[in-house]
Amino acid sequence: MSTESLSAPTQDSSVPKKIASNSAVVRVMKFTAIRIVTMMITVAIGVYLTILIANMGGYVDTIMRNEIREGTTMGILANPQYRNLTTEAKQELIQKKIASEEKRLGLDQPFAIRSMRYLGNSLVLNLGRAQRMISDHGSKEVRLILLERLPATLLLAGVSQLLLFFGSIFIALPLSRKYGSWLDKLTIALSPTSSVPAWFYGIFFILIFAAILKILPFGGLVDSPPPTNSFDYGLNVLKHLILPASSLIVSSVFLSIYSWRTFFLIYSSEDYVEVAKAKGLPPRDVENRYILRPTLPTIITNFALLVIALWTGFTITETVFVWPGLGITLYRAIGAYDTPVIVGSTIIYAYLLALTVLLLDFVYALVDPRVKVGAGSPQ
Amino acid sequence: MTALKNTFRELIQYPSAVLGTLTILLLLGIAAYALATIPYDEAVRQWRGGEDVWYQNPKYAAPAWYNFFSKTKKPVSFKASTVDGGMTKTVTAASADISSVDMAYSFEYDYDAPPQEITLYFTTTFDQKLPFASVVLVTPDGREIKIGKMAVDRKTTYRVSQDLKLQKSLKTERVMNALFTNPDTGKMVKGTYQLRIEGTTFESKSGMDAELVLHGDLYGLAGTDKYRRDLLLPLLYGTPIALAFGLVAALGTAFLTMIIAAIGTWYGGWIDELIQRITEVNLVLPFLAILIMVGTFYSRSIWLMLGITILLGIFGGSIKSYRAIFLQSKEASYIEAARAYGASSGRIIFTYLIPRMVPLLIPTLVSSVPGYVFLEASLAVLGLGDPLLPTWGKVINDAFADGALYQGRYYWVLEPAVLLMFTGLGFAMLGFALDRIFNPRLRDM
Repeated sequence: MSTESLSAPTQDSSVPKKIASNSAVVRVMKFTAIRIVTMMITVAIGVYLTILIANMGGYVDTIMRNEIREGTTMGILANPQYRNLTTEAKQELIQKKIASEEKRLGLDQPFAIRSMRYLGNSLVLNLGRAQRMISDHGSKEVRLILLERLPATLLLAGVSQLLLFFGSIFIALPLSRKYGSWLDKLTIALSPTSSVPAWFYGIFFILIFAAILKILPFGGLVDSPPPTNSFDYGLNVLKHLILPASSLIVSSVFLSIYSWRTFFLIYSSEDYVEVAKAKGLPPRDVENRYILRPTLPTIITNFALLVIALWTGFTITETVFVWPGLGITLYRAIGAYDTPVIVGSTIIYAYLLALTVLLLDFVYALVDPRVKVGAGSPQ
Repeated sequence: MTALKNTFRELIQYPSAVLGTLTILLLLGIAAYALATIPYDEAVRQWRGGEDVWYQNPKYAAPAWYNFFSKTKKPVSFKASTVDGGMTKTVTAASADISSVDMAYSFEYDYDAPPQEITLYFTTTFDQKLPFASVVLVTPDGREIKIGKMAVDRKTTYRVSQDLKLQKSLKTERVMNALFTNPDTGKMVKGTYQLRIEGTTFESKSGMDAELVLHGDLYGLAGTDKYRRDLLLPLLYGTPIALAFGLVAALGTAFLTMIIAAIGTWYGGWIDELIQRITEVNLVLPFLAILIMVGTFYSRSIWLMLGITILLGIFGGSIKSYRAIFLQSKEASYIEAARAYGASSGRIIFTYLIPRMVPLLIPTLVSSVPGYVFLEASLAVLGLGDPLLPTWGKVINDAFADGALYQGRYYWVLEPAVLLMFTGLGFAMLGFALDRIFNPRLRDM
């Protein structure tokens, strides 16, 4: 979600603490083990809650049972092959088919057992088979369904978010140096525009560039039929990428620049920066060594959160632009009551998040000499 | 009080704050007007009423103010009825039983295109003998066109352009063209038209009323949608709903989060630990997906969505920043003093810890309103809008589902979108200014 990158970068307030006893290795090992165990428990609880919600207290089971009953009955009654059967034989056939279909979807077992199976399988990343959804290549493997959508999401979310992230940092840094200039004031004045979500800008962009000017497509990934030549294909995809990517960028660029600029500004009023300036160091060096270096943990945190947020895609922007990404797949999975796909997409996000949070502890220790792994609370 | 005054004095120095406040006040005014003029049940009835409620409106009509921006003036829809006196009606008795009912309506027609349709809705009362009506249109250039003669039942709908006899007598199927253009030059005739209905009733207690509805290309202040619904209703009524959703969600989330953070930091120990763990679990939960699931599986009621939004929002990331601040103020000397005189934990939390935080909360609160307003619209765009209530998001969703942008019906999307945008920007601008006032660290930056 873009909110991660939107929120103002928070200052890392870890206080250096000295622990005299314990050898460093034991301490780090112990700390890591505890972290991993708590992370796993957190992920398990989160995923189980998602499974519970995706079932809505047995409500979804009822819906699925009814759909199976209706579908099977209609299928058998309408099938000319079975026309000669007696009513009883037909009924028996229907019951048998319903039972086998329910068995296939696991509906013959109580939800408690089924949910535990979902949880167990998902925790070992055995994503299993979808109940209804099918990938474009005809596979029912959840893994394949998600993998098939990943490139589109990575293209859209990746391109827009990376441009946004690095773009706003590199604009914010010089901007923080000359705050009070008209450019700075303009950024501040424009930053409320980020209260409007990306899909909303998308609507306006579609209206202007697709409906009125007719220079860019309304939506989708490629033209239909797609160009055969792979170069033309790539060009065509890029053309379709412009509107969704720019609406994602426009919707957060000004707030992002504003937050980073304020953040850098706070850091550049530190005494050591003043000293560096007083020494007569060139602004480039001051920026790189005295401003960027101490702010690196925050930049890394934000970047890591951004990268994992890519996984969830941008459901609504993808819906508005009919972009075949992960967000829209999740939305469709929910519409099709396809619990394995919902759980699959959640578990991957949860793991990515847990892994990132864990890694960040170590990265902090690497980039910030004041932080020691396992000493005090790094968060 | 003086603090409030000072804040206000500072606030009016920021043009964005003034602009934002004005926008919010305007929206509040619209919301109050909507709630005062249209009761909740009536809004739902009109929005969900179908053709019975909206039969008088044209389909897909753009708003009437389109004519301001275009050179060719498109016809604007209107209606007139003898019941409310818009159409004149004179009854003269010829004998004991027979009386003639003359109805007439004059209207200015200065548009550059003929209307889509003219429809007459008759309501009559009689015992056995059906009343009779003949309809005549008098054009500005003095032509008197006999439109039709008919016996009218209790409820009769007469659509002028579908009258086969009239088509024959005018020698064209495009009746409206023939009625509103000069037969020699083929140009539109502009001026005052008069539609006369000469009715005759054949019983002493028999009566007759008529309603004239002209369907043009434009309608009202906001236009109409696919189902002939007047879009002014959702635009007006969507305002209180959007504001209520945004404000309640923002207030609920912010205050509950703060209370929980305060309780956690004050008691510490396992309570604090539990709250932190819940926050971490909540981080793993897919927020939008859960809302979509609840909407798809269970209920799309906007109030349920609001509850879930608040529930999931309480244990959000902001609990950590509140906790950090509470940890500091917990050690403050005034808390020490409160403890010394024997204040209870509840008293310390609710009268000492939390009130100190409220100023810090206000900017965040105001800035978070747009997010929730747009969340409602986002859910509606995904097809999970409230099934009963007219909201801005529903209008956008309807327009998208009907391909309004592909077909050039921009007003359908733009009107709710502009309102949403105003709401978002209004709160965001005010929130930004408040942030700079309440966070002195940002003030000179």
